[in-house]
Amino acid sequence: MGLTTALLALAGASYVALPAGTLDSVLARDTDRKPTRIAAFALRETPVTRAEFKRFVDAHPPWQPGRVPTVFAGAGYLLQGLDDTAAPVTGVSWFAAQAYCESEGARLPTWYEWEYAAAADATRTDARQDPAWRARILGWYARPANGPLPVVGGDANVYGVRDLHGLVWEWVDDFNALLVNADSRSAADPDRLKFCGAGAIDLQDRQNYAVLMRVALLSSLGAADSTGTLGFRCAREVTR
Amino acid sequence: MLRRLLQLTAITTATLLPFTSHAAPELPVIQAQLTSPPLVPPPTGRKAPAKVVVELEVIEKDMPISEGVSYTFWTFGGTVPGSFIRVRQGDTVEFHLKNHPTSKMPHNIDLHGVTGPGGGAASSFTAPGHASQFTFKALNEGLYVYHCATAPVGMHVANGMYGLILVEPPEGLPKVDHEFYVMQGDFYTTGKYREKGQQPFDMEKAIAEQPTYVLFNGAEGALTGDRALTAKTGQTVRMFVGNGGPNLVSSFHVIGAIFDNVRFEGGSLAQKNVQTTLIPAGGAAIVDFKTRVPGSYVLVDHSIFRAFNKGALAILKVDGPEDKSIYSGKEVDSVYLGDRAAPNLNAVTTATTAAAAGTLTPKDQIAAGQQLFAGTCSVCHQANGAGLPGVFPPLAKSDWLGQDARRAIGVVLNGLSGKVKVNGKDYDSVMPPMNQLNDDEVANILTYVLNSWGNAGGSISADEVKQQRTKKPAATTQAAH
Repeated sequence: MGLTTALLALAGASYVALPAGTLDSVLARDTDRKPTRIAAFALRETPVTRAEFKRFVDAHPPWQPGRVPTVFAGAGYLLQGLDDTAAPVTGVSWFAAQAYCESEGARLPTWYEWEYAAAADATRTDARQDPAWRARILGWYARPANGPLPVVGGDANVYGVRDLHGLVWEWVDDFNALLVNADSRSAADPDRLKFCGAGAIDLQDRQNYAVLMRVALLSSLGAADSTGTLGFRCAREVTR
Repeated sequence: MLRRLLQLTAITTATLLPFTSHAAPELPVIQAQLTSPPLVPPPTGRKAPAKVVVELEVIEKDMPISEGVSYTFWTFGGTVPGSFIRVRQGDTVEFHLKNHPTSKMPHNIDLHGVTGPGGGAASSFTAPGHASQFTFKALNEGLYVYHCATAPVGMHVANGMYGLILVEPPEGLPKVDHEFYVMQGDFYTTGKYREKGQQPFDMEKAIAEQPTYVLFNGAEGALTGDRALTAKTGQTVRMFVGNGGPNLVSSFHVIGAIFDNVRFEGGSLAQKNVQTTLIPAGGAAIVDFKTRVPGSYVLVDHSIFRAFNKGALAILKVDGPEDKSIYSGKEVDSVYLGDRAAPNLNAVTTATTAAAAGTLTPKDQIAAGQQLFAGTCSVCHQANGAGLPGVFPPLAKSDWLGQDARRAIGVVLNGLSGKVKVNGKDYDSVMPPMNQLNDDEVANILTYVLNSWGNAGGSISADEVKQQRTKKPAATTQAAH
């Protein structure tokens, strides 16, 4: 683990290639209930750390707290400060996360990309029906978030991606298309007009509440918001 | 952008339409006083509606659910159940829901006292480190549950996200000496009941509706021991009792008390003289009763295995003077022997009548004493007074009685424990106090004994027994039992 982070620091961020595939998302689009096709992409092996984000802010002063306009980063932005540790950075707005990823020549992953990568466990690409997979995620939800976060570099999943579960929530590029009704109980009668052209994505797999809670968290946020347990990682197109 | 457009539309509309004030006349603004269970805020005491500002904070925190067992609760105000909110019917409530920055989850609140879709849920959906505001008018009086309604709703409720809001009727509730806040909930942990350590939530058990714990106020022992509810005798006690669920319906009962009034389902009608009231999940009731007899009153869910095997127990401790006319305490603890113990007690009646008339003779006493002896004493000392060798001393031809017949009064009233030598043999056992016998009965029994089985004769009067009873009993080893 220590070795991994040390290597990352030396060699720049490490990205892992994920092959194209299909995903039965917990989200379902009105128009298409068939599995979603995911194009090949590369995903950052670990979430962005506090040390990495510190270097970014040092190099890009407009993103320093106090200088960044509040429309891009609200009051909670980097509230816990920054340091040189390999703990995941939190308290970052969607705009700031997006800007960071651009500095790595990358972007934020889409929800489908993130969900596709996170469906895996150490040996399978889709372990979501395994109660053990679900239980591990729920174990993290059950732990209160009032202590310091551990450092990145947990066990790799079958693709080689780490820390998708059990460390932090993560921003996705299209988080505000995750239009979960704020009152989840009324989903049988969704206020579809409210969602305009976004296409009223709704939750399909209601049993999979472990993932559902991640969607609920993201859907409660605006792009300038941040929380103490919300971090991010970046994605790239695969270079051929 | 959309919001901005909507705002523009709103401004345009406002400028085009003649300004009609739908706002109520200026209301006094009051900051709501919230309390943690089992406390209840004081009555509003207001004669007119006000604008009441409620600020409620959501905190996710580890707390003991039982001794040595920790659970991550999600709370409204840091407690389970959440803070008690008290407003008056007709009040306009400005509600601020704050989600603490250390929270992992977004949360919201559905107040059953709100008239409007979701009870405020959609309007109060709040990310960690954020605050939401919405306003409602408390149209209906009553006692209402509030709870979190964020997906998965059942999990948020099972983690303790519920509480009560009281909407007082305009005239207020009748004055009482004590008001308490008690709320039942069912909890689902992966470990067994009382399995030590940090216990995570178990979704499978929750779906199967098989709780590990059923609790009042969020923890075993929340309302027992030092933390029991307390009152004095002759006081009126009102309990605001809610049931957060998520699954179970409560059969709420207070052992040893009868509810004088129950506003069942938290509504306006009151049922009188109720033993057990049903409180649905997501429902509440207001119960009141007068404390008349001191002692510990046990609050239970009378689905009784929940009380004794899952923790649904709380105590109301009532202190004050006894009222023997309402409840005597144990009056008789006698051996029951079926046919043998159904003696003809005519002689006892005769003796009682004679004693009252002042015409009691030793003969009456002996006859009555014989019948009483058969019921109370003969089991150990035997009908012929011979006792059992080595265990129960003989009363027949007893040198111990012969030395001082009067000391037998103390033995009957206070019991006798430890070594005693009778007719040359040592006995070392315990005779319990027979203080359930009244003075007449003790006198008659002893008179019978003194005049039977070769004893020296004589009589004991009820007055002598009375005198002895008022004396402090001689210190014996009885205290050790």
